Amino acid sequence: MKRAWTAPLAAVLAGLLMAGCHPDADVLTSPEAVPGSVVPRNFPPPAYGPEQNPPDRATFELGRSLFYDPLLSRDSTISCGSCHRQADAFADAGRQLSLGVQGRLGPRNAPPLQNMRWRRTLMWDGAVSHIEMLPLAPLGNALEMDETLPHVLAKLNRHPSYPARFASIYGAGPITSYQLLRALAQFTAALTSANSRYDQYVRHETGGTFSSAELRGLAVFQANCASCHATDLFSDETYRNNGLDGSFPQDSGRAHITGRPAERGLFKVPSLRNVARTAPYMHDGRFQTLAQVLDHYDHGVVSSATLDPLLRRPDGRLGLPLNAQQRTDLLAFLQTLTDDSFLHNPQLAPPQ
Amino acid sequence: MSFRTLPAALATLLLGAAIGLTACEDDDQPSTVTTGKINFEFENVVGSQALVIGDAYSTLAGEQITVSKFNYILSNFQFTKTDGTVWAEPESYHLVKQSDTNSRKFAIEGVPFDTYTKVTFTIGVDSARNMAGAQTGALAPNNDMYWGWVSGYIFLKLEGTSPQSTSNGVYSYHVGGFRKPYVSMRTVSPALPTGVASLQVTASQSPELHLKADVQRVFAGPHPVSLRQMSGTGHGADSSGVKLAINYAAGMFRIDHVHNGD
Repeated sequence: MKRAWTAPLAAVLAGLLMAGCHPDADVLTSPEAVPGSVVPRNFPPPAYGPEQNPPDRATFELGRSLFYDPLLSRDSTISCGSCHRQADAFADAGRQLSLGVQGRLGPRNAPPLQNMRWRRTLMWDGAVSHIEMLPLAPLGNALEMDETLPHVLAKLNRHPSYPARFASIYGAGPITSYQLLRALAQFTAALTSANSRYDQYVRHETGGTFSSAELRGLAVFQANCASCHATDLFSDETYRNNGLDGSFPQDSGRAHITGRPAERGLFKVPSLRNVARTAPYMHDGRFQTLAQVLDHYDHGVVSSATLDPLLRRPDGRLGLPLNAQQRTDLLAFLQTLTDDSFLHNPQLAPPQ
Repeated sequence: MSFRTLPAALATLLLGAAIGLTACEDDDQPSTVTTGKINFEFENVVGSQALVIGDAYSTLAGEQITVSKFNYILSNFQFTKTDGTVWAEPESYHLVKQSDTNSRKFAIEGVPFDTYTKVTFTIGVDSARNMAGAQTGALAPNNDMYWGWVSGYIFLKLEGTSPQSTSNGVYSYHVGGFRKPYVSMRTVSPALPTGVASLQVTASQSPELHLKADVQRVFAGPHPVSLRQMSGTGHGADSSGVKLAINYAAGMFRIDHVHNGD
């Protein structure tokens, strides 16, 4: 399979490049020299494969600098990293809604940024179709960064160090929107979480052992959750109404993008990777704990015209009933999706 | 150098010489050129008057407007030959802005020498590019023609003031959308002017088409728009935008005259 060898090849090539620039023993022994070079073998084919924006050290580091630079916001107070923090799987844990410039409050919970290389659409409502165009949404949102692309380019072009960094990668000339978006995408596409204990378990790697409770939890998960939280990305990338509300006057979700009444109240099925670290939950951050989420599915599902059929049971009742043992086991399983090597990878942290 | 490598070196030299010769032959034969160009010039007008930013005009419905911004993206230019076959410009995206004189004139190059009887282009951007990654040129997202919050190009922008507008005396029409039910790409084939049967593209002829785009046709057409009822579109694809697209596709672009070039 092409994918099976291109990823290691890219890693080797990246390693060779690295060897030329940074003779650092620590880096040379790293299994993934430039983050984003490797396609984990338990993942489906990526939507934005490494070959579309081949990872290299200088571009990755440029994207990383941009991701953490408040220059991208109107008053230079907010960076991407302000609401997407590594320790929270690049979500904004603890905040129901995130704060933009001047403390403005957005309408939705900041989602984790992870494994976006595999996403065919982005955002809770699928508003964004391509990872390279993703930064334009928070950039232009008055409640988030409240900035314009021409302004950002002007700021970058008069910055003391960015022009030379861009020129060394993309050639001489003013920094363009294409270069900015491509560099940012090298970083955002590199946010790969694929080394949780669950991953080690399915790949039969060292450390990949499950307790009996976790094994039972996996079975509960597969029976009740995996039809939507599918594949090892834990989302089938569909939009569904999971019964949070009976009507949607504030936020119609996917219907806001498509204009289709049949999609009112539908939101993207979120991945469950690192889910223990990304509270609060749901598009509006209404649930503070995973226990509350399970309560919702057990007895909190509300009927509406667009409620997902999978939450309507043959006996007419709603939701996914779980007994106490199943709840405990499922919660134990969900903890195995935490990927500490991702949450603490120094290469993904703010540049020093 | 050992003898063993000599044949290889010789082969390399011969190959190099062959490539060099081939290149020289191409350079020395201009008669092999088989394509030319068609030049376009767009003049934005309001009825019979030239469009000037800030000047006062009337719509066909008698409402008063000024225009502060008028931009549109044209794509997929195609030229139909007398035998019915079509030549399409590759990577065909052109952004026209009233505020940018240079943008109103462009050349389409690589047009095979032939006789063409029809010009076709799309007002808007195909869905593939609406969903693609970062683009350059006419489709660069910092051209003021891209919705950032929802992926997609704005195909046409018309903004200005009107005393009839109920939104503080301004109006703002942004038309885009590539997903059902709000699909706003429109393909048009404005007729060649009376007396011009065809366009000849030859080694000595590069036709220049002078098109007029009439702002009044944004408001008028199958869905007449009153500024009293509609002072703006949403900030994304919507039914208002589709109505405007149907209007301007019905007759905004007219080929006013053609210079046959020389």
